[in-house]
Amino acid sequence: MRKLKEFIIEKLILICGLASIFFVVLIFLFLLKEGLAVFKTVSPFKFLFSRSWYPISEPPQLGILPLILGSLLITAGAAIISIPIGIGCAIYIAEIAPLKVKEVLKAGIELLAAIPSVVLGFIGMVTLVPLVRTMFHLPTGLTALSGSIMLAFMAMPTIVSIAEDALYSVPKTYKEGAFALGATHWQMIWRVMLPAASGGMLAAIMLGIGRVIGETMAVMMITGNAAVIPNSILIPVRTLTATIAAEMGEAVTGSEHYFALFAIGIVLFIISFAINVTADILLHKRQ
Amino acid sequence: MDNPIIITKNLNFWYGAFHALKNINLNMKANKITAIIGPSGCGKSTLLRVFNRMNDLIEGVRAEGEVLIDEMNILNNKADLVVLRKRVGMVFQRPNPFPLSVYENIVFGKRIHAAVEARDQLDEIVEKSLKSVSLWEELKDRLNKSALRLSLEQKQRLCIARLIAVKPDVLLMDEPCSTLDPQATSRIEELMHELKNNYTIIIVTHNMQQAARVSDDTGFMLLGELIEFKKTQEIFTAPFDKRTEDYITGRYG
Repeated sequence: MRKLKEFIIEKLILICGLASIFFVVLIFLFLLKEGLAVFKTVSPFKFLFSRSWYPISEPPQLGILPLILGSLLITAGAAIISIPIGIGCAIYIAEIAPLKVKEVLKAGIELLAAIPSVVLGFIGMVTLVPLVRTMFHLPTGLTALSGSIMLAFMAMPTIVSIAEDALYSVPKTYKEGAFALGATHWQMIWRVMLPAASGGMLAAIMLGIGRVIGETMAVMMITGNAAVIPNSILIPVRTLTATIAAEMGEAVTGSEHYFALFAIGIVLFIISFAINVTADILLHKRQ
Repeated sequence: MDNPIIITKNLNFWYGAFHALKNINLNMKANKITAIIGPSGCGKSTLLRVFNRMNDLIEGVRAEGEVLIDEMNILNNKADLVVLRKRVGMVFQRPNPFPLSVYENIVFGKRIHAAVEARDQLDEIVEKSLKSVSLWEELKDRLNKSALRLSLEQKQRLCIARLIAVKPDVLLMDEPCSTLDPQATSRIEELMHELKNNYTIIIVTHNMQQAARVSDDTGFMLLGELIEFKKTQEIFTAPFDKRTEDYITGRYG
């Protein structure tokens, strides 16, 4: 009887474990099946590298280069803003802040992570967008820059909390060793802690970037969504994610447009998969 | 050279409300090896860590009295910790090389003390430091390998070499052999004998035989008090205090 119970519980847990993999595989297969169909009409090369995205013109022009560049531009901008601030914040929390300040800051960071992206997008729309417009005397404030700034806020909690964990797990003996040699606090951080935590710090950055690339709602609301090749950070751009979200509703099922949107999904999937795997490798290298 | 390098006067030390060191008075002589022995929790590591103010890393500690190193009271708030720790280096219980290359571990001290030196000068320091701990032959072709890949004994030697590179006067050793096997232990002890010519060594140890083998003077501590402090030979052959005798004959500890 007891053996039977063990057996059943074991198998149930096994099923739960397999289910998650099963669903991921199903989703991926579905994505492939729908997405690859677009390559019957456009070559993969043309799909990735031609410069115009007019999915409902006749015949449709399905080049996602402007979307890829839009995503990359916004991500790069967000990374430039969020990485230094995020890492700096993590160092402050892990090493410098007094206990009380540390707790307040950590709670604050968690709160920032808890803000739904549509709310951030909305706040950005009514505060940041007009600010960017007047500051740079632009016809519209819906620009790549606004998107980058807003997304930096979203990447920050990820970067701070993982980087702080990495710093926290640096063995205390390293710190003591550095202090015992007469290192100042900053020398200890710079020469011992950061190198020791570098794997975790890079993973933090990668996961932060992963969050930014996959983000949809906020970017759709504040980047203007013009599918053009960006030549400046002060013009509207459109990202891969926003394109799918905005157009999936009106794309005719089974049309080239519909398949193209799934193919964009594949591209996104590959990008975030690559980022997550890199982060994972970096995290494990540390241990 | 029998002049004292470290003198403590009525040294008291607290962790919060816990009175860890009680009225310690002693003189440690330059170019000698002084051992501090005693059962766990007697305050011997705490005492050692007073000498380079490592206890400052812990919150809520308080020290009273005087600790004079070359006539300067290091407990003074104005004491420069960077200067102090450069003079009074420490080897830890667990070897703790930094996760850097062997080379970078040794020049670490040089780099942080802003002594910007040419590459060939650094090379020379690395060679000299490694030679003084008898690691040069083993490691000269692996200077750029990570120090974390070395054996425990090599790591501990490297930690000593790393200290020597900043030219301290005093080496504090906190049970430096407790993670090593007997062979490695005896080789480190040999090394201590060699280093004695140029450095003052203070070693905290659990291992009474080790204290008897390596040290010139020995202090016995119990429950935060320094019970007895004199020549090693005397303390082990003719202890004055009953408690010392009980400890070294293995009645507790």
